[in-house]
Amino acid sequence: MAKVQTHTFDAVIVGAGGAGLMAALYASKGANVAVLSKLYPTRSHTGAAQGGIGAALGNSEEDHWEWHAYDTVKGSDYLADQDAVDVLCKEAIDTVIELELMGLPFDRFPDGSISQRRFGGHTNNDTGKPVTRACHAADRTGHMILQTLYQQCIKNNVNFYDEFHVVDLIRVDDTVRGVVAIEIATGEFHIFHSKAVLFATGGWGRCWEVTSNAHSLTGDGPAICLRRGIPLEDMEFFQFHPTGIYKLGILITEGVRGEGGVLINGEGERFMAKPEYAPNIKDLASRDVVSRAIYLEVMAGRGINGKNYVHLDITPETVNRYFEEEGSERRIDRAYIEAKLPDIADFTRTYLGVDPVTEPMPVQPTAHYGMGGIPTDIDGCVVLDSSNKVLPGMYAAGETACVSVHGANRLGTNSLVDLVVFGRRTGVHMASFCQETALLPLPENAADEVMASFEAMLKTEKGIKPHELRKAMQTTMTANVSVFRTEETMSKAMKDLAELRADFQNVVVEDKGKQFNSDLLETWELGCLLELAEVTAVSALARPESRGAHARDDFPDRNDEEWLRHSFCHKEGDSYRLDYKPVTLGRYEPKPRVY
Amino acid sequence: MQVQLRIRRYNPEKDKSAYWGEYTLNDANSNDSVLDLLHRVKWEIDGTLALRRSCAHGVCGSDAMRINGANGLACKTLVARLAEKGSSTVKIQIEPILGLKVLKDLIVDMDPFFEHYKSVQPFFINDTPAPENGRERLQSIEDRARFDDTTKCILCAACTTSCPTFWANGRYVGPAAIVQAHRFIFDSRDNGASERLQVVGDTFGVWRCRTVFNCTNACPREIEVTRAIAEVKAALVSGEL
Repeated sequence: MAKVQTHTFDAVIVGAGGAGLMAALYASKGANVAVLSKLYPTRSHTGAAQGGIGAALGNSEEDHWEWHAYDTVKGSDYLADQDAVDVLCKEAIDTVIELELMGLPFDRFPDGSISQRRFGGHTNNDTGKPVTRACHAADRTGHMILQTLYQQCIKNNVNFYDEFHVVDLIRVDDTVRGVVAIEIATGEFHIFHSKAVLFATGGWGRCWEVTSNAHSLTGDGPAICLRRGIPLEDMEFFQFHPTGIYKLGILITEGVRGEGGVLINGEGERFMAKPEYAPNIKDLASRDVVSRAIYLEVMAGRGINGKNYVHLDITPETVNRYFEEEGSERRIDRAYIEAKLPDIADFTRTYLGVDPVTEPMPVQPTAHYGMGGIPTDIDGCVVLDSSNKVLPGMYAAGETACVSVHGANRLGTNSLVDLVVFGRRTGVHMASFCQETALLPLPENAADEVMASFEAMLKTEKGIKPHELRKAMQTTMTANVSVFRTEETMSKAMKDLAELRADFQNVVVEDKGKQFNSDLLETWELGCLLELAEVTAVSALARPESRGAHARDDFPDRNDEEWLRHSFCHKEGDSYRLDYKPVTLGRYEPKPRVY
Repeated sequence: MQVQLRIRRYNPEKDKSAYWGEYTLNDANSNDSVLDLLHRVKWEIDGTLALRRSCAHGVCGSDAMRINGANGLACKTLVARLAEKGSSTVKIQIEPILGLKVLKDLIVDMDPFFEHYKSVQPFFINDTPAPENGRERLQSIEDRARFDDTTKCILCAACTTSCPTFWANGRYVGPAAIVQAHRFIFDSRDNGASERLQVVGDTFGVWRCRTVFNCTNACPREIEVTRAIAEVKAALVSGEL
């Protein structure tokens, strides 16, 4: 084996999006920390988040963190753990204030306070009407969060290893000893020896064909965990955001509907107002509800021109007409749209040639967010099983983790809240863990196993191109494990995925070089995606009910008696084993979910 | 439609010097992005092609390139924009951005760019106590609007690497770093303006700008970069923000 460079730190953070950077800021206060990212930190997908970060600041109307908590629990279809949700919503408030004090340029209300807008599923609990809770900076809130946190990391001299791709976790029994990474520029393997490891690696939306996710969102962290004996929780719940740009999947923020935009079907109806969908809050229902409504309208032949998309209309003409009908004083105009939704306007003009001020935007559901992931407690500590046994020193935060605060369906804005609230808590916990814990020795040849797997990938000369496998995986996931699923479709996906996994043994990496070998790294990422696709299908097939984003035609009802519980999927050899743990309830008893 | 791609290729492990790789795609769509085309070359024709990319919709800043002689993001440049009217064939030439060392194919060394970025102290400076009520600092809508344009920067380097002054002398801090300085200098909450103005007022700062406007034309976020530089110059001259 080639020589491997070794670096030693107290803690290693993998991923430099919102969760990783927030954790880095806090962990650095008490420990020697390195942040590894396969990208440059500012390329992370937190930067693509648009509409806002939810916090009950009450800057323009009455609001309470308990209302935010109820909305989150209801949005989760009662699968979220209510103790964790309380932490999320309570700490959202001072975390948002903290971001402002770090210099984040939020939009402002006339009184100078942080501007807030309406968002799907966020309500005044007394009236049931939408509440202004999403703190925002135009429609690039995630960009501002990512930039602000990166700026603070520079200010505080955080150590970054940019373009270091982490490919393995060094685990010895029930301890972690660090990670193995490839330096992308040189192709060399490095060991980062540490007391603590945090995976903040984001999502795995690239399992599907139409997705809002970056190409880099390939589920590296969860896949590595799975291979190192850590189960994945609630993987059957993957959110399809209702408004992706038709065919491209690029996200159109829920903020469009928060500002008054409406969804219109091929017959010109504002279909969300129908009694079977969400007659009360209409277009601002939870994402799972809206995505299903779009799907059902399309299936009934009421897509635009009979095709598989609908219109999202923010033209002042349409929006003001509905404001008037509802007796609202609000009116919007071109200048308002350009000020509040500039990036959205830019996207649709660039990619569709559609000016949202004068024309409706064609949209369809797009694979967006994994509610499940690496199981953790409320301090980011990774747990190994349904009895919540902690793996000391191992942490996860952000989309890659499952705390669980999103349950079966995440509310809009809550991903950004999750990043900063649990990023911070995790950083704090890591710092104290590192102070109390001695560095354990590295096992011998800690990088050998993963290095051998890369060598094997490079040896294959004849076989299938990675691109073909990826396409086949995305096609079957989109057709069979999507907005609606049945036993038949999921079984089909499992069969396809098993074949693809076999084909993966014969995948050919054309680039045999070392420097910037993205052919090799993309192929390794494909291996991660294939595994997560399988775990998703396995976990979904085993849940015979409909809850949140997991909607089954063959089991259309929620079954609280038997299925108010989290799934844990363990990899054992080449097969998977599921077990379950109960949901932590609290103030809110499960009841039918009506919007 | 048919697309004929000329891509600047260089693999340091094999090639003594850079060369043009030529690839033809016969069934491209006018609404394909240049990134879509590069992916097709990489995934279907030559897996060794190296480029950076991530979000694929113009917000992460990974894939700035020189496309038909002008800087832009590959994911935000559509074939339709590059097509000549009436022609069924589109010719597209793709090179790495200029002024930074080419490491492999379309990948350049971004370290000097980020060093310039860091030199302007690109972080909020305000050591006064936070409001006693535990809430946010207040800022008027007008004060917030003052620096809105420069908050949009995604650090893609399209501006800096389109600047003739930067090509001539890489020690010039460059438009992107000045944009970052502007974002803080004109933020009413920030107290670090004098230190930042010192950096950008230095020998390799704003006075190197010859108002060529290449940076403004290159910015995929439509930031008025040249104006931001002019505002920083004006602040240096007048001593007022």
